[in-house]
This record gives sequence, C-alpha cells and structure tokens, in this order.
Amino acid sequence: MNTFLQVLTNGIMLGSLFAIVAVGLTLIFGIVKVVNFAHGEFLMVGMYLTYVLTTWMGIHPFATVILVAPALFLLGAVTQRFLIQPLMSADDDHIQIFATVGLSTALINLALLVFGADIASTPASGLRTPLQLGPVRLLSGQVAILVASIAVVVVLQFFLSRTQTGRAIRAVAQNRAAAQLMGINVNWIYILTFGIGAACVGVASVLIAPLYPTSSGIGTYFVLTAFVVVVLGGLGSIGGAFAGAMIIGLIDSFAGFYIGSDLREVAVFGVFLLILILKPSGLFSSRLNLSHVSP
Amino acid sequence: MLRLENIHAGYGPTTILHDISLAVEAGEVVTIVGANGAGKTTTLRTIAGLIRPTAGKITFEGEDVTRLSSHEMVDRGITLIPEGRQLFPDMTVQENLLMGAYRKAARQHKDAALEEVLSLFPRVRERLAQKAGSLSGGEQQMVAIARGMMARPKLLMFDEPSLGLAPIIVTQVFDVIETIVKTGATVLIVEQNVFHTLKAADRGYVLENGEIVLADTSDALLHNDHVRQAYLGI
Repeated sequence: MNTFLQVLTNGIMLGSLFAIVAVGLTLIFGIVKVVNFAHGEFLMVGMYLTYVLTTWMGIHPFATVILVAPALFLLGAVTQRFLIQPLMSADDDHIQIFATVGLSTALINLALLVFGADIASTPASGLRTPLQLGPVRLLSGQVAILVASIAVVVVLQFFLSRTQTGRAIRAVAQNRAAAQLMGINVNWIYILTFGIGAACVGVASVLIAPLYPTSSGIGTYFVLTAFVVVVLGGLGSIGGAFAGAMIIGLIDSFAGFYIGSDLREVAVFGVFLLILILKPSGLFSSRLNLSHVSP
Repeated sequence: MLRLENIHAGYGPTTILHDISLAVEAGEVVTIVGANGAGKTTTLRTIAGLIRPTAGKITFEGEDVTRLSSHEMVDRGITLIPEGRQLFPDMTVQENLLMGAYRKAARQHKDAALEEVLSLFPRVRERLAQKAGSLSGGEQQMVAIARGMMARPKLLMFDEPSLGLAPIIVTQVFDVIETIVKTGATVLIVEQNVFHTLKAADRGYVLENGEIVLADTSDALLHNDHVRQAYLGI
C-alpha cells in the first residue's frame, strides 16, 4: 500500500511538471494556431537564465522569476512579431512550423556557443530536500511545481474568462474576422498571447532548473511529452492540458514501477495512440477548448 | 459623412471593385443593390478597414481614413455587422455584447449601452447567460445587431442581415432595422431582399461587376426598368 501511494505521488508530481511546461504551448496553439516547436528551447533559455541569475547574483532560484518570466514574455512576443507575423499571410500555413523548428535549432546552437556542451547545475537551495509526508517521500521542489502548476492554470482561466483582454483573446480564437470588426487589434492579441505562453514556460523553467541539470538539449526532453499532453488534452484546452499531463504522469509512474522502467515510454505512447484512435479531438474538448471552430 | 472616391480594391491580385464612388450623409439610410459577386460585401469590408484599397480615397467626417485598419475605423465610429452573424459561439450572449464595446471609448459607457440595446431587443435579455452558438439563427442575428450597436457607432453597416433566415424572422429583422433608423442612425445596408430594403432606404446604388451603374433615390430605383427587371423580377 505504501509503495502504491509513493508511485501515485511520483505520478502526480511528474504530471504537474508536464502540466506547467504544456500550458503555455496549448495557449499559443489555441489562440495563435501556431505549433511552437521552439517551446522546449524557450524552457531551455529560461533554465539557463535561472542558472546565470542564481549563480552570479546568488539569489534563490525562485526569486529569479521576477526577471525570467518577463524575459521569456519578451522572447515570445518578439518571436510572434518578427518571425510568425510576417509569415501569417503566407499561402502555406506550414511555413510557420518550419520557422519555429528553425528557431529551435538556432537557440540550441546559441546555447552551445555560450555555455558549451557541459551541463549547468543551478544551486538546489534546499529544493532537493526530501520531505516525509506520512508514508510518502517527495522533494520540496516537487511540491512547489505542483502548487505552481495549479496556480498557473487557475490564474490563466480567470484571466481568459473574467477580464476584457482575456475575453478579447478568446474572441480572436473563436472568430478572428468578427474580432477585427469589434475593433480588436488581432496582431496585438497574437503578440500578447505568444508572450503569455512563453512567460508560462518561464515560470516552469524557474521551478525545473533547481531539480534538473540544464543543458542545450533539455528542451527536447520535456517538450516531446508536452506535445503528447497537449494533444491528449485537446489542442488549445488549458484544463485539458492539465488533466492530460496528470494522466501521462501517472501512466509513466505506474508503468515504470509495475511493468518495468524500460517500458514507461511504450506505455505512455501506447495509451496516447489508443486515445487518439478512440477520440481524435482529445479527451477534453468542450467548454475549455479555445480553438473551437465556428460552424 | 462618408465618401468613397474612385476606390479600387480586392483580394490579393484579384481586383473586385473598379472605380467606386459613393457617399452617405449623416442621418441617411443608403443601400447597395447588386447580384451575388457584384462586390457589395467587398465594398463594406473596404470601408470597415478589413481590405485596403489599391487606389482611391475614403473620407469620414472630413478625415482621410483610406489607410486606417479595422480597429481604427471602429474608433472613428464605423461598425460593420457582418454577413452570417459571426458571433463568438463559445462565449455567452452577454460576453458577445461586451466585445462590441471593446474599444476604450466604448468601454466607458458599456453598461449604459448594454441597457440601451437590451431595451431594443427584449428577447436578447432572456438569452444573456446562454452560449451564443446555442441560439437560433434569428436570435443570433439580433445578437449580432445588438453587438454592433454596443459601440454606439455613427455609421452602422449591415451586410445581408436577412440571409438564411425564415420569412417571419426576416420581417422581425427589418422591423428592428427600421427602429434603429428611426433613432436617427446613419445606415449603409447591403441586402438581397431588394424590395424590402429600397422601401426602407432613402437612396440606393446599383453595383454590377464591381462598378456602380446606377445611383438614385429609392423611389426612383423602385420604378427604374433595369432595377425592376434585374432585381425585383417584375
């Protein structure tokens, strides 16, 4: 029983990690309708920033969020304005995908140039201290990720449903032409949304950096699962991404323990393919779905 | 109030409007009559700032607005109620209406504007909490008109407000438009229901293949042989 609870806890912790990485990705996809293949590299940039700020300035990794989140917002906004927006009128939508793949490669090589191939370890600052919570053990840094991922989802949902700017963002996703007629500056909404999505991954990077070693390839490691999570949750659905992340985290954890750690990914992608076959639009594509296409 | 001078416009390399000139004076109801594909919608979209003209000049209240984008045109007081309603389906009716008052100038009086349009559309008030996508076609059209009025526009443009609606609903839509006209609004309307529209309008333009071939008062157009043959089927 104790082992089961421990495996369950590990799954939830892993799920919250995937969730906080995936939320920004699904937001950008749902509104701007661009699959950002550089999302993982945004995470990598955020983790390096956290590393640099923590080691040079000697501040707590979590405190760097005041600088890392705005920096990532800027990176996302600039990407939309100067890379995606000029391509939006292109005849072929896929050009935007190639552009983000190109950006991803450029950022990886830029990181290699600046930081070399060695891994950079952000000081743990007590976040890798195990906590004993009844029968289960977990790291304080993992609890922080769980709390933060829930907070990010709740804040985003509130922003999108209760503020005028949030409503405008949803309006653009639901009917771009009508949004223009309401006087919404659609290009500006796209820039803002891309920025917010990137800022979310900025928050993720601050939380992940103390727990995982930073390297130029770290983004690829996380983002593949993030894509699975986003598709599973229904593209553009923030609540769905959270639920999808939990499902993937739990499958990963349980399959790793009860079937064999070599077969974790087989189980994850097996279930993923099964769900895709049975429900291609994702598990949660109702009210929360931002990318709803009008009839 | 609104003046188009020798406007050429279209989509990409395709020119649809050739040398269009027309004017709408304050307080007038003007209609553009024409067959499918004549360029009626393109004309309205060009005025709304969704399409940039390749040549010609648009002035509104004396200001050159040729190069302005759609959100700037909304700020000037021009609102287009588009063909096919174009609501935000997953948002409630109330949220849809509030989007109509999105611009800063309109935001200040959004509560008052909401009361105004709801008194004009009592049926819409009953549906405020419902998803816009769940309404019937006629109700959606009412919401679309109400949403367009939320910004208190100086010039209200209608694109095919009766398209795809049941005859009884069409009558209701025209009643609503007539009520709006009576408040002294300036209206530019494009409608396939030519007879009904000419009855409600002061003046009309006849658009054929992207060119204006006739311009006259509604009464004169109703008695014009060409209009009667081509558009009224008499």
